[in-house]
Amino acid sequence: MTNLFILQLMNGLQFGVLLFLIAAGLTLIFGIMDFVNLAHGVLYMVGGYLMATFVALTGSFTMGLLLALPTALVVGLALEYLVIRKLYHRSHLDQVLATFGLLMIITEGVKILWGSSPLSVPIPPLLDGAIPLIGQVKYPIYRLAIIATGLAAAAGLYLIVNHTRIGMLLRAGATNRNMVAALGVNISRLFRLVFAFGVMLACFAGMMVAPILSVDTGMGESILILTFVVVVIGGIGSIRGAFLGALLVATVDTLGGTFGPILLRMVFDPATASQVGRTLAPMLVYILMAIILFAKPAGLFGRKPV
Amino acid sequence: MSGLSVRNLNKSYGALRVTHDLSLDIHPGELHAIIGPNGAGKTTLITQLSGQSPSDSGEILFDGRDIMRLSMPERVHLGLARSFQITSILPKFTVLENVALAVQAKDGSSFRFFRAVAQEARLNARAMEFLAQVSLDQSADLPASALSHGDHRRLELAMALASEPKLLLLDEPLAGTGGQDAEALVDLLAAQKGRITIVLIEHDMGAVFSLADRISVLVYGEIIATGTPEEIRNNAAVRAAYLGDEEAEEIPC
Amino acid sequence: MSDMTTPPTTRPAPRLRGRTKAALVLFVLAALLPVFAWATNDPYLVVIGTRILAYAIAAMALDLILGYGAMVSFGHAAYLGFGAYAVAVLSRHGVTDITLHLLAGISLSAVFALITGWISLRTRGIYFIMITLAFGQMAYFFFVSLSSYGGDDGVTLDARSTVLGQPWLENDQVLYYTALALLIGLFTLCARIVTSRFGRVLTGTRENTTRIEALGFAPFRYQLTAFVISACMTSVAGVMLANQAEFISPAFMSWHVSGELIVMVVLGGIGNLTGAIGGAFLALMLEELLNIFTEHWKLFFGVILVLVVLYSPDGISGLLRKLKLGGEK
Repeated sequence: MTNLFILQLMNGLQFGVLLFLIAAGLTLIFGIMDFVNLAHGVLYMVGGYLMATFVALTGSFTMGLLLALPTALVVGLALEYLVIRKLYHRSHLDQVLATFGLLMIITEGVKILWGSSPLSVPIPPLLDGAIPLIGQVKYPIYRLAIIATGLAAAAGLYLIVNHTRIGMLLRAGATNRNMVAALGVNISRLFRLVFAFGVMLACFAGMMVAPILSVDTGMGESILILTFVVVVIGGIGSIRGAFLGALLVATVDTLGGTFGPILLRMVFDPATASQVGRTLAPMLVYILMAIILFAKPAGLFGRKPV
Repeated sequence: MSGLSVRNLNKSYGALRVTHDLSLDIHPGELHAIIGPNGAGKTTLITQLSGQSPSDSGEILFDGRDIMRLSMPERVHLGLARSFQITSILPKFTVLENVALAVQAKDGSSFRFFRAVAQEARLNARAMEFLAQVSLDQSADLPASALSHGDHRRLELAMALASEPKLLLLDEPLAGTGGQDAEALVDLLAAQKGRITIVLIEHDMGAVFSLADRISVLVYGEIIATGTPEEIRNNAAVRAAYLGDEEAEEIPC
Repeated sequence: MSDMTTPPTTRPAPRLRGRTKAALVLFVLAALLPVFAWATNDPYLVVIGTRILAYAIAAMALDLILGYGAMVSFGHAAYLGFGAYAVAVLSRHGVTDITLHLLAGISLSAVFALITGWISLRTRGIYFIMITLAFGQMAYFFFVSLSSYGGDDGVTLDARSTVLGQPWLENDQVLYYTALALLIGLFTLCARIVTSRFGRVLTGTRENTTRIEALGFAPFRYQLTAFVISACMTSVAGVMLANQAEFISPAFMSWHVSGELIVMVVLGGIGNLTGAIGGAFLALMLEELLNIFTEHWKLFFGVILVLVVLYSPDGISGLLRKLKLGGEK
């Protein structure tokens, strides 16, 4: 039981850092540009496909990653240039529609380019296998690597946001957009940078997760909504909120699925417990969101919506 | 007609204290002007009194009733209405619809779903009366967005009046107007004098000194003087506060 | 100075008149469709037609809050699902009457909309969009987990809903006209609501929330009421959709469907009810047509969507208006 708990906690952590990578870009795009991007989750999928392609092409995980990352950045820049930048001054509704259209285009485009059968990426040999964690609990090295990378990325983002000039602008922009404009910063360049960087982060998450999931066109689906929940819980525009929200959502989602039924069995008979558990588990995250928002409509670290 | 009593009102934006231990008495039926240099916190005070933004601490009594915790709509229902410095209307509604909506707020429930509101003769007739008061009745069927700036100010005033307040907070009703428009608006306010209590924020000193029964001077979130126009005109502290300010020259001697 | 003894007391809402006219044309055409299908010996038209009518109800219901209240609800597919599952679940337990199906769908939607609307409407803008989206997804997962009703795979109806104990709806034409009657009825209701006192306040919140508050209205109450009304109407569409497809799955309530509903409203032109009906027709026909030419119809649909947003923000009715103006010159 304890072992299972530790394992699931680690899985939750691993899922959490992935969610964070996606949510970080999204929360910045939302917060700084006041821009709704429904296509963000799809980019996570694109990351997976890029990785699968480049790894297959080069035969090396590292080379694949090194090629996939800049490609992701180019994808982000291209999207920004072609569509997104024309939408900054439009209503949220227009943004929703256009990015919904983008989502359709990208999903179908991927299907056309790569076919609809799932791709897989081998785990790099160096990171294959498992190591003992505590006592007899073993944990796959690759998943540990994901956690480490994700945490490193979070730390890096934290440093950028809190200790650089760009970060200062980002924080200012999330609080008061007009102020940044008043500082004489080239807003459109800042936006392009943030958007492309956000895209790259989401793609990066897809690349990291490619070896442990099958890469298919559905992988961006459910995670997008979870990312939204993370962003909303954490407070739009807050990196810190995104980090906390991601860990919270991932832990609740992972542990709820496993331990919900176990806990329920104390109250109900096994059959009922299993049905109730299966019903409640995927809803837990949303219930959590509802409770947090009821108490704090702007999320944990959000500024009050004006 | 109602009075307003403000005690030790505070509001800060971060480290910036915009309203500082402010106390003020508005007597029932008077036209009380609040003047002060730019950035003194006049509009902030209006937002606090009207309930648009919350106060940090203090007490606001309206007819002896504590209204600190009430929302803006709740205060409007008690009879405390306001106008906006920057014209705030419903641009796609017609002029008449704008005012009729204000009338509707005072006229029974708005949770009526089936009858066409445009057919409600009583609402329209009442709205036309208020439009006539501000001489906008000829423009009743125009979209509000089509009006000139001067007419926007009139509409703004008509909507405030149509709320039939006991006390009206007017935030620079003359803002951006001049010449005939301004004169007409001053006449309009003069006509309201004695019918409702009015708190008037205005930069046009000529208008203030001709209309006001009493004047309070707000500087850095504090009232430095309250008195009749005569007293304010001769108050040394007021002249000092306005020294160097272009409005000082406007204070009619 | 106008003569105050004869104030202009009643005024028609000229814009709605034109739209009502357009809606009438649409309804007449719709009423003739089964005849056309019979003449051309193409019964499939009636099947598609019923689907379009059901979506038209949903899109129109969404327009009530999206177009008149500026609430971008991205979770409306949930209510479509509630209506559909009301049919499936009650039928399974022997309750086949359509009135009871409608009642169950509407009640469930009202409760869910009241609770989630209460939470969502405390927020604005992006928050509102994402929270409604998340709640919609929550409802989706609920039905995915209901393995006794097919879970992910959905459930096939043994029979359509009954009317007064009679299986009249088994006839496709009857089902079609029932859907049309519901659409016309709900359109009339919506048209009444938006021109009523309530509608004027609601439209006011769209235009200028602060002003509405300053006039003494608490926007929240009006927005929440409209949100619940819209949800209930959407569930009616769900009941019809379930009967048309005779199959219900969580896919009915996926967030893509919510997105498609918004697309319909905007494609047809937002904030005039008729546009939403036209939009539903347009979107579904486009889908059918593209589907004939390519299995990757979504790609083209997406491109069209992006182009419409970038170049004709007022949707088709905006485009028509532009063309009309151009023609008059």
